[in-house]
Amino acid sequence: MADFAITFVLTLMVLLMVLNLGGVLLWVERKGSAVLQDRIGANRAAIFGKLPFNLGIINTLVADPIKLFTKENFVPQGADKLLHTLAPIIALLPVLVTFIAIPFGDVLVIGDRVINLQAASLNVGLLYIVAMVSLGVYGVVLGGWASNNRWALLGGIRGAAQMISYEIPMGLSLVAVVMTFGSLDLQDIARAQGHLIGGWIPAWGILYQPLAFLIFMVAGIAESKRVPFDLPEAESELISGYFTEYSGAKQATFMLVDFIESIIVAGLVTAMFFGGWQVPFLLRDGFHCPWGSVISLPSVVVALLQVGSFTLKVLFFCWLQIMIRWTLPRFRYDQLMNLSWKGLIPLSLGNVVITALLIFLL
Amino acid sequence: MDYVTFFALALPLIFVATMVIVHPSPVYSALFLVMTLFLLAVYFLFLEAHLVAVLQIIVYAGAIMVLFLFVIMLLNLQAEPREQQRRGVHRAALIGGGVLAIELFVLLRRLPTGDTPDRALPPGFGTVQALSERLFTDFLLPFEITSILLLVAMVGAVVLAKRQG
Amino acid sequence: MVPVSYHLILSGILFTIGVIGVLLRRNTIIIFMAIELMLNAVNLSFVALAHHLGSVDGQLIVLFVMAVAAAEAAVGLAIILLVFRGRETINADELNLMRW
Repeated sequence: MADFAITFVLTLMVLLMVLNLGGVLLWVERKGSAVLQDRIGANRAAIFGKLPFNLGIINTLVADPIKLFTKENFVPQGADKLLHTLAPIIALLPVLVTFIAIPFGDVLVIGDRVINLQAASLNVGLLYIVAMVSLGVYGVVLGGWASNNRWALLGGIRGAAQMISYEIPMGLSLVAVVMTFGSLDLQDIARAQGHLIGGWIPAWGILYQPLAFLIFMVAGIAESKRVPFDLPEAESELISGYFTEYSGAKQATFMLVDFIESIIVAGLVTAMFFGGWQVPFLLRDGFHCPWGSVISLPSVVVALLQVGSFTLKVLFFCWLQIMIRWTLPRFRYDQLMNLSWKGLIPLSLGNVVITALLIFLL
Repeated sequence: MDYVTFFALALPLIFVATMVIVHPSPVYSALFLVMTLFLLAVYFLFLEAHLVAVLQIIVYAGAIMVLFLFVIMLLNLQAEPREQQRRGVHRAALIGGGVLAIELFVLLRRLPTGDTPDRALPPGFGTVQALSERLFTDFLLPFEITSILLLVAMVGAVVLAKRQG
Repeated sequence: MVPVSYHLILSGILFTIGVIGVLLRRNTIIIFMAIELMLNAVNLSFVALAHHLGSVDGQLIVLFVMAVAAAEAAVGLAIILLVFRGRETINADELNLMRW
């Protein structure tokens, strides 16, 4: 019974964190892009005419959702009603459940109970995440089909083709990481990055697999269909590609899916390449500085530090993806497919071979 | 797996599988088949086959069915009215299916393993480690042949679907 | 614990539904989907027997069946695309060039 309650609380925490972060990222995108482009951004909705100082929070987080959820909810003429309503839901469900396999801390010791700070400790954790990411294709395909609009259908088919093309380099770079760390469970991978090389440098995954990091980052951004890979939803060309015919709450759902996918990519990159929740030199009972001094801390403080470090790293990678979005121009569709099939797949296969050779020889 | 779980999974499975072959629209048939594959993956989880369940979702529900949906949408297949069959085909199919069902039922109840209790599962049953140990030692030749088979299928599919000239 | 014959009978029922689908429908893609249903029924019986006998070999065979099903689906759908390009129909009754 207590186990069930603990798992329930952990899952609820993860779900709420992800949904909240999705909303925050929407604001970061709006205001961050404004700052990057040397403009002010949305600032018309304010309290008492001035607060909160042109930050645009009320506009994005209060006015926009109210507007989106009170818009008329229509189904285009001739479109399949059931599929049109179902497509955003099918897009949303897999990305929400992906985060349960990502660890956000080491252990929390309460009394005599040691709680693993990971909502579900799966033996096949990474494969589960790949499975849920590959289910995201259905939202795109059904969204395009259910709109009774041939441009939306084209956008949907292109988007689905792009997503399945970039799943392959994503999976192959994960193979190299799994070979290095010897486990599919993300908590084991995060824990294995805790020891120090030469007594000073924390053994984070990026030192072992730099090429896999780059390939995974590119493939992850392409998988979540963000710029520079956002031809399926090209905002300046196809209006919105596969979700042209959606308005109101359904469009809000598709946009939320976009942000949650980028949170997933950020979470995976942190867990596999940047130590997850690891703080350098911090072990379960305190700081073990390499020059010998030990600062011991209670386990709750250690857990808080680790969760804080994880959150900071995930926020950094989400911010990085938003900055990339507003800096780079868009790929053409054939350039996109060429990059995946002729560039990333041979690179990631070569990476796997080199990793295998190095593991065999060392 | 206890009886409640079994019937909670088996009855929706049979219903959804029937809808696959009965529904007039191909897109809905494909979606019902995806639901069947999902229910089967959950079923595999209850039978302690973790890796197989996740692979079922990645390979079947995530790749093969997407391929089916692609083809249906490229050919723009709409829901068709009641198919016109030659006389008696419906009856013949159902009678043939019924005979097959009765045969399988009788056979499967009489298997030699039918009454023995389940053997105790070794620890780590169905995990990645257990399967990979067997896969790369005793099943290495089928593994390599499967990879060649997939290569042949890829080349064949690309050659077939290319537009001439 | 459910006796293993329950799992096997469920697998038999799914297989029969697949067979009825192949015999009943004339749309080639739905025939294909019924074939996939049959393959999945066989996967189910393999996993159930692996669980009953405590041996992982059954689950390994499922891996190979999945790989073969993927290869067959790819090539089969490519053939269907070609046939559609030439004949504008995928109704199995109308694809009768090789009939005597």
